[in-house]
Amino acid sequence: MSEQLPEGVKRRAFDGTDRLATRGEPVYGEPTDGAWRAWNPHRSKLGAMLEVGMDTGLEGGETVLYLGAASGTTVSHVADFAGPTYAVEFAARPVRDLLETADSRERLFPLLKDARKPATYAHVVESDVDVIVQDVATRGQARVALENRQFLADDGRLLLAVKARSEDVTREPAAVFEDVREELAAGYEVLEAKRLEEYHTDHLGIVARPR
Amino acid sequence: MNDRSSTSAGWFVDIDPADVEAATEAIREETAEVPRNWPAEAVEAGFADDEADYYAKLRESTVESTREAVREREAADDQQLKHSIRAMDDCNRTANELAERLAEWAGTVDPDAGTGVEYARALARGEADDDIAEPVIGSLAERVADLADEADDLREFVDRQTPAVAPNLSALSDPVLAARLIALAGGLEELAKKPSGTVQVLGAEDALFAHLRGHAPSPKHGIIYTHDAVRGTHPENRGSAARAVAGKLSIAARVDHYSGELKPELEAELAERIETIQARTTDEDAGTDGGAADE
Repeated sequence: MSEQLPEGVKRRAFDGTDRLATRGEPVYGEPTDGAWRAWNPHRSKLGAMLEVGMDTGLEGGETVLYLGAASGTTVSHVADFAGPTYAVEFAARPVRDLLETADSRERLFPLLKDARKPATYAHVVESDVDVIVQDVATRGQARVALENRQFLADDGRLLLAVKARSEDVTREPAAVFEDVREELAAGYEVLEAKRLEEYHTDHLGIVARPR
Repeated sequence: MNDRSSTSAGWFVDIDPADVEAATEAIREETAEVPRNWPAEAVEAGFADDEADYYAKLRESTVESTREAVREREAADDQQLKHSIRAMDDCNRTANELAERLAEWAGTVDPDAGTGVEYARALARGEADDDIAEPVIGSLAERVADLADEADDLREFVDRQTPAVAPNLSALSDPVLAARLIALAGGLEELAKKPSGTVQVLGAEDALFAHLRGHAPSPKHGIIYTHDAVRGTHPENRGSAARAVAGKLSIAARVDHYSGELKPELEAELAERIETIQARTTDEDAGTDGGAADE
C-alpha cells in the first residue's frame, strides 16, 4: 500500500497484524511493542482517516488545534508525532482522563473550553496553527469549523470527522454530509472526503484547506 | 496594544511568570477576539526566554488551570446527585440479579428456599433453614444483603440531598424522580434548558428515536411515568397528565437553577390541573385510584 504517513507514525506488527502506531506512553490499554503503541482506528476518527488512505497532509511536528479532544484517545497519538498540540474539550469528565495523558506529553495543552466559543481560548491558542483536527459530536459541526478557521494558517489543513447523527438522527447521512459540505464551502475548500463506515458508522472524513 | 481590557491580549500579559495562580486564572477567565502569535509575543514581552520556555510555561499553566476547572465543575452538587442516583440504581440492579442467582442455587439444596432480596437478607441473618450448610451460599447471601443495604443508604443520601439542590423540583415530584431527571439531563442546568416536551420523554429515548425514524407512535412519557399524577391517571388521559407534569417540572427546574427560591404555588397549580384532567370521563370510568407510590 502506498501511503503518506506522518513522521512518527508507522505500521508495526502487533500479534501478527499490521497496525498504525506512534511512540509514547500508552493511555487506553492499547497493545504496545517496545516504545510503540497501536493506534486503534475503531476508537479514533483520525486514525480511521489514515487507515482508509486519506491524504491528510500530516508530516509530523505540526502545531495542532484539536477540537473535541474527549478523553484524549486520539489527541495522545497526535501529540506523539506532532508539535505543540492544543486540546479543547467541553465535558469535564473526559477531561479528567485527558489531563492524565498530558502528564507524559510535554507539548500537549489541555483546555476545558467550548469549541463553539473560540473567543474563550483565543488568548491561549496561537494563530497560524498548521492543522485543525475536529471531532465534535454536536449540532452545527460546519459552523464550529468555520468559527475556528481564524486559528488556521493560510496553507493549513482542516481534518474534520462529521458525525451525521449529531446533526439530525432522522435524516439520511448522505443528505446531512451534503449540507455540511455546502456550509463548509463558505470558508474552506474540500480536498478530499471519504466515508469512514468501515470503522465508524455514519461518519464522513473531510480534508480541507482554508479559502 | 498589550492592554487586558481590549480583550485582544495573550493570557500571559501583565502576569508574573512565577505566579502560577494568576496564570491559571487568566487562562480560565480571560478572552480574546482573535488569536495571535502568542509564543513570539510572550518572548518579546519578556514573559518567556524563548519558544521552548514559553511552551513549558503554557503547559504548566493550562494543566493546572484545566485541572482546577474540572474539579470545580465535577464537585457541583447536581453532579454528586447524578452519581449517587446512578450508583443506587446499579446497587439495586446488581442486588436483584445476585438474589435471583442465589435463589436458584439455594433451591437446589433446600426445596423450601425463598426468592428475592428479602430471602437473601433472611439467609444472611441466619433466619432461614438450616438445611443450607454450604458456607459459600451464606456468604453470597451476605453480599446481596450488603448491596441492598448500600442501595438503601444511597437512597437516603438522594432523599436528603435533592431538596437542597433542587427544592422546587423535588417538592413537585419526589427526590428520587427529581434526581433521576437531573441525571438523565446531565445536570440541573441542562435540565433547566430543556423544553418541557423533552423532559416529558426523558428516559424514553429508545421509543422516541423509533418514533422519529417513523415506525412507532410517539412516547407519551419517559421516567415521569413514576410520578403519581401520571400513574394515577387513567391510561386514556395519561398523555395529558404527562404533558402537564412535564410542563410544571421544567418550570420548577428553571426556578431551581436560575433563582433557587421556593415557589409553593407551582404545586397547587399542578394539583389543580391534574384534578381537571382526571375528572374527564373516559370510556370506562374516571380511573383515579390515586396510584400508591411504592417501587
